[in-house]
Amino acid sequence: MYYNEMLESGQVRAPYAMLSDWVQTMPNDIRQMKQAEAESLFRRIGITFAVYGEGGDPDRLIPFDMMPRVFMQSEWRKLERGIKQRARALNAFLRDVYSRGEIIRAGRIPAKLVYQNEAFEKSVVGFVPPRGVFSHIVGIDIVRTGRDEFFVLEDNCRTPSGVSYMLENREIMMRMFPGLFRHNRIEPVDQYPELLRRTLASVAPAKCEGAPTVVVLTPGHFNSAYYEHSFLANLMGVELVEGSDLFVDGGFVYMRTTQGAKRVDVIYRRIDDPFLDPLCFRKDSMLGVPGLMDVYRSGGVAIASAPGAGVADDKAIYTYVPEMVRFYLGEEPLLQNVQTWTLWKEDDYKYVMANLKDLVVKEVHGSGGYGMLIGPKASKEEIAHFGELIKANPGNYIAQPTLALSTSPTFVDEGLAPRHVDLRPFCLCGDRVELVPGGLTRVALREGSLVVNSSQGGGVKDTWVLTE
Amino acid sequence: MLSRTAANLFWMGRHLERAETAARLLDVGARITLLPNTEEGYRNEWQSLLRASGVQDTFAQHYGEQINQENIESWLFFDKENPSSVASCIEKAREGGRIVRTALTSQVWDALNTAYQELKQLRLKPRQDIDTALLTDFTTRHGATVRGAINATQLRNDGWHFVNLGYSLERADATSRLLDVKYYVLLPRVEFVGSGLDNYQWQVILRALSAHRAFHWAYGGDVTATKVADFLILNGESPRSLLTSLYEAVWNLDGLTRRYGESVPSTASAHARQTLESLMGRDIETIFDEGLHDFLTWFIGEIGQISNAVNDDYFSGRM
Repeated sequence: MYYNEMLESGQVRAPYAMLSDWVQTMPNDIRQMKQAEAESLFRRIGITFAVYGEGGDPDRLIPFDMMPRVFMQSEWRKLERGIKQRARALNAFLRDVYSRGEIIRAGRIPAKLVYQNEAFEKSVVGFVPPRGVFSHIVGIDIVRTGRDEFFVLEDNCRTPSGVSYMLENREIMMRMFPGLFRHNRIEPVDQYPELLRRTLASVAPAKCEGAPTVVVLTPGHFNSAYYEHSFLANLMGVELVEGSDLFVDGGFVYMRTTQGAKRVDVIYRRIDDPFLDPLCFRKDSMLGVPGLMDVYRSGGVAIASAPGAGVADDKAIYTYVPEMVRFYLGEEPLLQNVQTWTLWKEDDYKYVMANLKDLVVKEVHGSGGYGMLIGPKASKEEIAHFGELIKANPGNYIAQPTLALSTSPTFVDEGLAPRHVDLRPFCLCGDRVELVPGGLTRVALREGSLVVNSSQGGGVKDTWVLTE
Repeated sequence: MLSRTAANLFWMGRHLERAETAARLLDVGARITLLPNTEEGYRNEWQSLLRASGVQDTFAQHYGEQINQENIESWLFFDKENPSSVASCIEKAREGGRIVRTALTSQVWDALNTAYQELKQLRLKPRQDIDTALLTDFTTRHGATVRGAINATQLRNDGWHFVNLGYSLERADATSRLLDVKYYVLLPRVEFVGSGLDNYQWQVILRALSAHRAFHWAYGGDVTATKVADFLILNGESPRSLLTSLYEAVWNLDGLTRRYGESVPSTASAHARQTLESLMGRDIETIFDEGLHDFLTWFIGEIGQISNAVNDDYFSGRM
């Protein structure tokens, strides 16, 4: 049985009490009208999500579910502590593996997993970014399987996306149902952009003079997350730049403005490492800034997240995060990992190959719900085919049990029905580690589906933390 | 402000104005075909429109010899192959707006995006259900909504000046080209000058510029070539006259110069001021003596040079 976030032994749980009345007294036609209103608001604001390679509507909306997902403050405080702890450990790990590699010397993580990892960035070895922070925005995907059972599904240390949905979902809910907000004590999330700006400013390099100039670097308006990039730049009150707006001169980065060149101190980049600097990485990249990495390494500019941060959110490294918490912080991890079999270990390999039909298998570097096998939902042929793929390159895969993801009541045609959800809170790391009370709840809209990715037909919900 | 942002704001203004020009051209054409007087039937009038907008050859590549109302409507309104069609311009303005979302208020974005979304709906409508008036109304209505949102909500900062500079330079260019249609193309034969047909055509131009009533307020009495030309070229009260458009361009360029100070070059501002002075040094008689077409050619050239200077001063990203 799946844990139902609203009901426990047939009773409505306290955080949902008020919502339960709200649903029951809302006539169907009003609900449909509100749904249409929400969609038109999203479309008018222009929050759309383009999916690469599908050729479909580039202005596709992510389905929005009006039924919020609710946490009690007490539940949230526990999660919050766990998330911050994990974000601190991940940053300590990154600091360590790009310098002395103590955790490897201590035999707690195999050297090969780190140094031969695709995301390990040799060009920043020995370099310590300002305040020792590599990953400034850590998106941690969390699933729930029981009242007190939360598990981390994966860590996103590079450029986790979706925070604009957290903010816009809230905005739209407040606009459509002001009454709900008057009668519930819902903690606000709209301080996020200000916190983000403060976090980014706090990691300005030592050479920065005066108030740091922060920019958001986007690949451009064809990118699926462009809306989010412009949205964040807007709310932070900083420039949204493309690679071609920046250039390097005399050890600093400048942007081209109508009043001539202006120095840039902190770049919140939303493009991947290989595209940052054609002189250092991919020569064919048109998105980056030639010479950027030299400036970065000489302390002329800060880049968030730091190049190389990806080595911490690899699915192979993931299994060691609880170990990192113990090693660097001397604490017991507050959030658990999902049990994970790593296929480069012989015992794990044997077990997984014998039990494919019960397991979820993922590519180590995959994302967005691509390149994975969901054993219980797959046909015999699919399982056999995936078995071949694994055999050819076992090191490329991990396996996990199919989790009994909790369900949250969600509006479907017939009314409310349970659908599986996960949660992505966004933890900010600068001179302080901070988290707004909320996150992005993603919901698998298809009945029975466990895949919540927006590229796989998932939707989103507002996420509430109630003050008590 | 980022050079790229400034350039996008400038071009957003230009494209919005250009969309209206395309719709106004369509309107001129539609009204002229209602005249019972041409020698070659309607064909000639439509052709003159194409010539005036400088797209005769590209039109021929797409539609061959089929110069008729439906094809012209497709070309001037819907066709994405025509970079100056209403649809192309609205899409480019919206695309530009999307790129500079950080510099637009949500109300401006909303207005732009609504125009774009409704344009998509309009495309799906069967063509026989659409008449020319609907297309012109659609364009001027959305144009007004966007402009209104800009006026009501945008900060009066450098971005404001770039958008309005785009609007004003494009409008100066468009009014000169529309005037050129009248004098150079619609009425090539000198014996028509001053005839009833001539005057009717001047009225058509006025209507196309939504300036019919304004003209009567300003001049009263008969519609004559001299009065209309004066109204559209030299009258500082006329909202689309060359003088007003150029004056606004100068005003916006001055605003930039004042904000940016001496460290930023202002060749565009200097050039625009010079052109304005040269324009103000003329009266309508000297312009007719000079030849209206030659005068307009000179003016269109000046506008082009000012645009290039804007590009060099602000968009090139100099060190």
